[in-house]
Amino acid sequence: MAKRLDLKDVDIYYGDFHAVQDVNLSVPPRTVTSFIGPSGCGKSTVLRTLNRMHEEIPGARVEGEIQLDGEDIYARGSDAVAVRRTIGMVFQRPNPFPTMSIRDNVVAGLKLQGVRDKKKLDEVCEASLRGANLWKEVESRLDKPGGGLSGGQQQRLCIARAIAVQPDVLLMDEPCSALDPISTLAIEDLIGDLKKEYTIVIVTHNMQQAARVSDQTAFFNLEATGKPGHLVEIDDTEKIFSNPTERETEDYISGRFG
Amino acid sequence: MGSVSEPQSPKASPASTGGAGERAFRWLTSGAGLVVVAAVVLIGVFLIVQAVPSLIANHANFFTSAQFNTGDANNLMFGIRDLLVVTLLSSLMALAIAMPVGLGIALFLTQYTPSRLARPFAFVIGVLAAVPSIVYGLWGILVLAPVIEPFAQFLQTYLGWFFLFSPGNISPVLTGTIFTAGIILAIMILPIITATTQEVFRQTPRFQIEAAQALGATRWEVIRMAVLPYGRSGFIAASMLGLGRALGETIAILLVIRASTSPSHGSLFDGGYTFASLIASAASEFSQPLPTGAYIAAGLVLFVLTFVVNAIARVVAGGKVNG
Repeated sequence: MAKRLDLKDVDIYYGDFHAVQDVNLSVPPRTVTSFIGPSGCGKSTVLRTLNRMHEEIPGARVEGEIQLDGEDIYARGSDAVAVRRTIGMVFQRPNPFPTMSIRDNVVAGLKLQGVRDKKKLDEVCEASLRGANLWKEVESRLDKPGGGLSGGQQQRLCIARAIAVQPDVLLMDEPCSALDPISTLAIEDLIGDLKKEYTIVIVTHNMQQAARVSDQTAFFNLEATGKPGHLVEIDDTEKIFSNPTERETEDYISGRFG
Repeated sequence: MGSVSEPQSPKASPASTGGAGERAFRWLTSGAGLVVVAAVVLIGVFLIVQAVPSLIANHANFFTSAQFNTGDANNLMFGIRDLLVVTLLSSLMALAIAMPVGLGIALFLTQYTPSRLARPFAFVIGVLAAVPSIVYGLWGILVLAPVIEPFAQFLQTYLGWFFLFSPGNISPVLTGTIFTAGIILAIMILPIITATTQEVFRQTPRFQIEAAQALGATRWEVIRMAVLPYGRSGFIAASMLGLGRALGETIAILLVIRASTSPSHGSLFDGGYTFASLIASAASEFSQPLPTGAYIAAGLVLFVLTFVVNAIARVVAGGKVNG
C-alpha cells in the first residue's frame, strides 16, 4: 500500500535517441505529484518508466535507478510483469476491455493474480467501484459490457480496475484529456479521495488541473526538438504556480513560453 | 448537390460542370456491380433450369439415395446423400485441423515473432496458397497417403468404436480416404485462414493491449484479454472463407479420394466422391441432357452450400469486430 517512489539519475533512451536526461525526484506516499511541460518534454515517457511500460517499445531502455520504497524496480531478477501488478496505470483514452462485463473489467487484475474466490471478487468489485465513485451508476448492470458506458464512466471504470489490486502507486497519463468538463471534475474529485490511500503520479497538459489536484508539481522542458527532455524543477504545487525558482518555469506557467 | 446549395450563382456550379463525368463514372461502377449480381443470378438460373428436368425424371430420392446411376437416361437413379457426407466430412475435418493451426500461426506471427522475421514467414504462407491444387492432389496421394497410413491404422484399431474412425467402405485400404483428403484440404485452406486472421490480430488497438499490460498481464494473458476478443469474429469469418474453399475443391479431392462401390459408412476412412469431384469425374460424358442434368443438380446443391457458408461468414464479419 502507498509506497514511496525515488528516481535517481534516470536517463531514458529509445534506441540511439536520448529521450529524457538525468531526472532526480521523489514522490512521497499518499500525495499527488503532477508532471507538466510542453509536448515532447518526456513527462509521459518518465511516467511510463515507473511501471516499466515503456519497455514494450523495442529499443527502449532506462539508466539510473527507480526505487519503490528503496527497492530498484529495474534490479536484476525483477520482472516487468510483476512490477506492473503493483503499480497501476490509467491511460489518456479510457480503455476498458470492451467484451468483458463491468464486473469482469474491475476484477481483471485480481484474476491475473490468481484470485478465484467469487465472494472476494464481488467484494473487491463493489469496493473498487465505490472507490472510483461509479458504484451507484452501475450497480444494477454489472453484467453489461464495459464498452457501453459513457467516456467519463469508462475512465472511472479504468480507475476502479487499477485500484482493485490495491497498487503501491497509481500512475495517470492525462486521464482527463478525452473527457468533457463534468467528467473531468468527477475524476479530479476522485483523485483527491484516492490520495488518502494511494501514491499518485499524474501527467497533465492542463495546468489548472495540476494546480487543483496535486501536492507537488514537476516541470519538464526540452531545449529544442531532438534534444532530450529534462526536469526543470519539482516543488510544492503552490510554490510552482506562484513563485517558481526557475525563470523557465515561470515563463511556461504564465504562458510566455517560447 | 452543389446546384441546390448555390441557386443564385450565375455561373455553372461545380457539380454541373463535373456532371457528365460524374454520371458516366457512376454508371460505369454501377454497371460493374450489376455484372457480379447478374453473374450469380444467371448461374443460379442455369443450374435450376438444367437440373429440374432430371430431378423430375429421377427414380430415386434425390436427398436420401446414395447411388448415382446416370448410365440409362430413361432410368435415372441418383441421390446426393453420400456426396454430402463425403463433402462435409472432408471439409469439416480440414477445418478442425486448419482452425487451431491457423490461429496458432497468426498469433505466432503477430505476437511472438519480431517483425523482420514475420514478413518472410508470412511470405511462405502466401506461397502455400499459390501451389496449384493438382500438385496438392499428386503429393497427397503419392506421398502423404502412405506416410499417414500407420497413423490411420492406429486410429482405426484403437478408436474404431467411434463412427468417424470405424472401417470405411473401401476397407481394408487406408490410403486415399476422406482422412487423407481432410489433411490435404487443411493445408490448402491454411493460408486463407492465417492471412486474414493475422491481419485482424495486427489491428488490435494499442490501447487495448496496454490495458492488459498495465495490469501485469503476461504475453499470453494479453492475447487472451485483448487480442483474441478483438479478433475472434475475424478469425471465424476467415475460417468460413476457408470452409467455402474446401467445399468446392475439386481436382485434389478427385486425385486423393478413392472411388467406392459401396455406400458411405459415415467414416473418415471411407472413399467416394464429393460434389465437385463427382462432377469433374463425369465431365467427359456430358452429352445427353438428362444424365448431365443430374450432375448439374448436384452442382446446384454445392452452390447453395457454399452460398450459405459465405452468408454466415458475412454475417459474422459484418458484426462489430470488437463488440
